[in-house]
Amino acid sequence: MTIRKTLIAATTITGLLTGAAHAATEIEWWHAFTGRLGDLLAEQIQTFNDSQDEYVIKGSHKGNYSETLNAGIAAFRAKEQPHMLMVFEVGTATMMAAKGAIVPVYELMDDTGKDFDPDAFMGAVKGYYTTTDGKMLSLPYNSSTPVLYVNKDALSDAGLNPDMDLSTWENVGAALDALKESGHECPLTTAWQSWIHLENFGAWHDTPFATKDNGFAGTDTELAFNGPMHVKHIQTMGDWAKDGKFIYAGRRNEGGARFRAGECAFFTESSAGYAGVKKEAEFDFAIRPLPYYVTAPKAPQNTIIGGASLWVMAGHKDEEYAGVAEFLNFLSSSEIQAKWHQDTGYLPITNDAAALTKEQGFYDENPGTEIAGMQMTTKAPTGNSKGLRLGSFDQIRGIIDEELEAVWSGDKDAQEAMDSAVKRGNALLRRFERSAK
Amino acid sequence: MQKRAVFRNRWLPYLLVAPQLLVTLVFFFWPAGQAIWQSLYLPDPFGLSEEFVGLENFRFLLGDPYYLASFQTTAVFSILVTVLSMGVALYLAVLADRVIKGSGIYRTLLVWPYAVAPAVAGVLWLFMFNPSLGVITYWMKVMGYDWNHVLDGGEAMTLVVMASAWKQVSYNFLFFLAGLQSIPKSVIEAAAIDGASFARRFWTIVFPLLSPTTFFLLVVNVVYAFFETFAVIHTITGGGPRQDTMILVYKVFADGFVGQDLGSSAAQSVILLFLVGILTVIQFRFIERRVHY
Repeated sequence: MTIRKTLIAATTITGLLTGAAHAATEIEWWHAFTGRLGDLLAEQIQTFNDSQDEYVIKGSHKGNYSETLNAGIAAFRAKEQPHMLMVFEVGTATMMAAKGAIVPVYELMDDTGKDFDPDAFMGAVKGYYTTTDGKMLSLPYNSSTPVLYVNKDALSDAGLNPDMDLSTWENVGAALDALKESGHECPLTTAWQSWIHLENFGAWHDTPFATKDNGFAGTDTELAFNGPMHVKHIQTMGDWAKDGKFIYAGRRNEGGARFRAGECAFFTESSAGYAGVKKEAEFDFAIRPLPYYVTAPKAPQNTIIGGASLWVMAGHKDEEYAGVAEFLNFLSSSEIQAKWHQDTGYLPITNDAAALTKEQGFYDENPGTEIAGMQMTTKAPTGNSKGLRLGSFDQIRGIIDEELEAVWSGDKDAQEAMDSAVKRGNALLRRFERSAK
Repeated sequence: MQKRAVFRNRWLPYLLVAPQLLVTLVFFFWPAGQAIWQSLYLPDPFGLSEEFVGLENFRFLLGDPYYLASFQTTAVFSILVTVLSMGVALYLAVLADRVIKGSGIYRTLLVWPYAVAPAVAGVLWLFMFNPSLGVITYWMKVMGYDWNHVLDGGEAMTLVVMASAWKQVSYNFLFFLAGLQSIPKSVIEAAAIDGASFARRFWTIVFPLLSPTTFFLLVVNVVYAFFETFAVIHTITGGGPRQDTMILVYKVFADGFVGQDLGSSAAQSVILLFLVGILTVIQFRFIERRVHY
């Protein structure tokens, strides 16, 4: 009975909406979310569409991040681009370089005369998508940062104190030894190795990943992650891999399944992995800040984000841009952001949303969820920790994955692999520099 | 005797081949021409600007040791896929040819995998061999072998070869079976009466008479291994670990669609185009000579 009622209601609403759609301005948004994230995104659109009758946002799923970016680029070439395109952080430099294809968010807000306060956004989130002179180019949508997930039961079983200090890699290393000794088969695994163990590692230790402020200050940047800090960490991980203390599961987040199944004791993964762990883990788990090396003078600095932002594409009508601006303002409002943050584990993109979440008691009920935000905000970002802005970055990550795999399998030592990755990556950066002129 | 059709109207023959020509022009010559054109430029992804660079894209590629290594990977992969899929198919076809009862069921079952899309085939094999969840991985672990194709290049290659060959076995099987059934029974029976063993009959009579089919399948399978295995690689390994399963056609995709480097990607397509052209010419000139029609 209720199902039927819901159906009738849904049909009526849809009917009304389509009726309204003829009068309202349609705005297209291409995104990369499916499953639960897709549902939550659709809910945001619904809320916005219901809240006013001037504009109708239409969301379309275009595949994964790479496929969505591709679809947007292909559509632009065919002059059928959407108004808004979700682009992952790796594509930032590509979008920035496409000056005629995009409308920067600060310009959009200026032109449409909407209220917009860039200072409301978390510095470390906004920084990734902002020019060196402080102009916001795209609106951060889903941002996360890596943290350490701990299986407390596994620590207890190995005779360790589950609440032991794990803030440094030295301490984690000692715990790995104890786990291994007690016969644990998967002491440590990771997701997104390049993002966590090289990119974020650099920011966290205030060491450059690339020259020219990691590419923020110009496309003539060169990779720099073959320095002593990065190499030391990768060598340590390589040694752990050799001893069976670090288990490599794959380039993406394949390790997640093993951690959630209780097979692995430690897991470095995005804060957005929280929802999955909470849902599936049948053991006592904790979230800890990403470890750093005690010997590093400037660590911990701050970690950087991953995820996607919304780019506004060029070539549309003024009244449509007014709708886009209104929608972006809606997305960055505290209520929407606080809900998004609590539902997904992504960071709240504004300081107000973080404050609201705290006020609502979410952090008290879900200990550990505040760590990602703290990691990003306790120190003001430096040139090494604002983010990364490198062309052909998706390919460079591919190269890094290949070279890291050579370290994990024992084919190369860390210095050799990182030197090779830097050399191969620089060749791509030079090509990008020329094509972006 | 000469077979020759005579058309009274001069234009009729052209009209009749026109649809085929049109399809070839639109779906082959046009894109191929565009690829050649694009391979001389360094464009930005959005098509806002481009720089003419002559042959620089090719120089960049041929000076890259990782690209050259990809040729070797492709050769190993293609040979393994072709030999494995044709060998298994021939073996099964010979067996199925001898089955009298229920041969229809065997044939249907053997043809089934061809209906599976490459991407689905890839996912199927990936599930079975997944290092942490796979059924077969689990059995191997019980027997004391630790399978991890995520880190072991040889295992990754084995897996993509098996998945690609498995899918193609059905197609080859059909052709081999048809070929076997068209061999006159009297020839084989005569040899049997002369006392030739099964193996001897196979190698001296059946296999040579099957050579047109084998040759046709060789060309088709090499093209399959070069181009259509893309989805299998994409779903199982993504070219990894390291670059151990990075075949040429996958690199075209990776650089063009993921890396947005359209100039390099176009240059790679052109190289691939010539490579397959040369390969086909070699096959027709040197191997076809040994084929008895």
